[in-house]
Amino acid sequence: MTASTTAATARPAPPALAGAAMRETFAAVVAEAMEEDPRVAVVLAAISAGMFRRPASRHPGRVIDLGIREQAMIGTAGGLALTGMRPVVHSYAPFLVERPFEQIKLDLGHQDVGAVLVSIGGSYDASEEGRTHQAPGDVALLDTLPGWTVHVPGHADEVRDALRAALPGEDRVYVRLSGTANREPRPLTGGLTAVRTGSARSAGVVVAVGPLLDRTLEATAGLDVTVAYTATVRPFDRAGLGALAAAAGSADVMLVEPYLRGTSAHEVSEALADRRHRQLSLGVSRDTELRAYGTPADHARAHGLDTEGIARAARDFFLV
Amino acid sequence: MPTTAALTRYADLPALIGLMEGDEKHGPAAHSTLDVVWVLYDRVLDVAPATADDPARDRFLLSKGHGPAAYYAVLAAKGFLDVSALRGWTAFDSALGHHPDRVLVPGVEIGSGSLGHGLPLALGTALGLRAQGLRRPDGTAPRTVVLVGDGELDEGSNHEAIAAAGRLDVSGLTAVVIDNGSSSHGWPGGIARRFEAEGWATREVRGRDHDALHAAFTRPWGDRPLAVVARVRSAS
Repeated sequence: MTASTTAATARPAPPALAGAAMRETFAAVVAEAMEEDPRVAVVLAAISAGMFRRPASRHPGRVIDLGIREQAMIGTAGGLALTGMRPVVHSYAPFLVERPFEQIKLDLGHQDVGAVLVSIGGSYDASEEGRTHQAPGDVALLDTLPGWTVHVPGHADEVRDALRAALPGEDRVYVRLSGTANREPRPLTGGLTAVRTGSARSAGVVVAVGPLLDRTLEATAGLDVTVAYTATVRPFDRAGLGALAAAAGSADVMLVEPYLRGTSAHEVSEALADRRHRQLSLGVSRDTELRAYGTPADHARAHGLDTEGIARAARDFFLV
Repeated sequence: MPTTAALTRYADLPALIGLMEGDEKHGPAAHSTLDVVWVLYDRVLDVAPATADDPARDRFLLSKGHGPAAYYAVLAAKGFLDVSALRGWTAFDSALGHHPDRVLVPGVEIGSGSLGHGLPLALGTALGLRAQGLRRPDGTAPRTVVLVGDGELDEGSNHEAIAAAGRLDVSGLTAVVIDNGSSSHGWPGGIARRFEAEGWATREVRGRDHDALHAAFTRPWGDRPLAVVARVRSAS
């Protein structure tokens, strides 16, 4: 699929509003699902409890706020799933994924039951809160466990689609909400979609994940490269990337992810194991802890994930 | 050696355990959980091999997954497991390891071994049964019984679940604590007090006394979760 980059000239949505839109969409879609599917239950640890007051009163026993008890939150979700229910578990990413990580491994994975985990505050969305409220390693951590589907929606409509796909199932799904969004939603295909296709002599493929698509398109506008988008990073669309790389002039791949740098580098390696290629990963720095507050935009700049940083990295990587 | 079909009584449990651990060292006294697990399956829980997948069955969750030979022996005596399966335990292709895996062992409700996971899982199970309004054929609500050790209570995750279960009045949840004095720093004032302060009904009982255990598990306890502290001397 070929698309123009007219979106790059449109007026961006205010980032804070876009983030609130994802969280509100999440609450609305889950409340709607609770009306239709008696299996759906919400498990909370105080965070966002106010957003579920109405479904809590409509469906007694199906919105469970454990207070600030994240280990029990995941364990309770595992127990609910053991009885056939479909738990939706929600908190800030560090308290949802990092603090109760062994519970995720054992109370969900090892019990062979599913849940839908929905986080806010991924990476540096909570920039003013500092390191305690940031979890750029969330996707990399879940990547150490088998059987997880990981969605990183780039727009509130994609949050809706990801949840509607996940809620009827029984498997383990992580939906990572973001404080920034792209201007336009894209269909949730589960794989890579070419947003802009380079020529047969193009320099390679750029993979943009979730909310980083718009700035990646803008940053690579002057380069002959294919820009592909995905809002689903696990399972990773290896076949799709292989096909895009085969059609490009070169199989070099630049990965632009909004979380820990290189989280999907091994997936790119696997996808391109049959051809010579170079690869570069952009993401949140691994080597130092950024001790700074400010705005998410400040943090994006510090990690080279703003438009200028991505453009600089793309030029250095592709124009050799 | 009795025939397989005959190995269904309490008196047969040492022989069943012997198939796993060898006959020479362990009588039932070496297994702190044996009497509690036997009384639960023999006289308290409404679950059998035929109802092992019934959504309204009673559940037993062994949180303290260590030393599961007694548990496997009871499951075999009650027909959930083939007695022949006990012989090869801990072999590569055996379903039975030193910590039980619910995916591999018929009748096992949770995989356990890492301490402090069973109580939160049991809380979620009891909440799930309550939210679905499941009832047994006689109209009563199914119950979820989780076994934890006094040493295991050191894990903070238990205390998250103990507090939450008390506040949420989860009367379908019963915790039985095997107290064999193995906690590193002890529980001054007693274990039952930790549950009582959080709103649980509590009972203390001798952990080898079958009638006392039965009474502790079955006497009405009201609209609260129930904790039974079963004291045993063995240190296994």
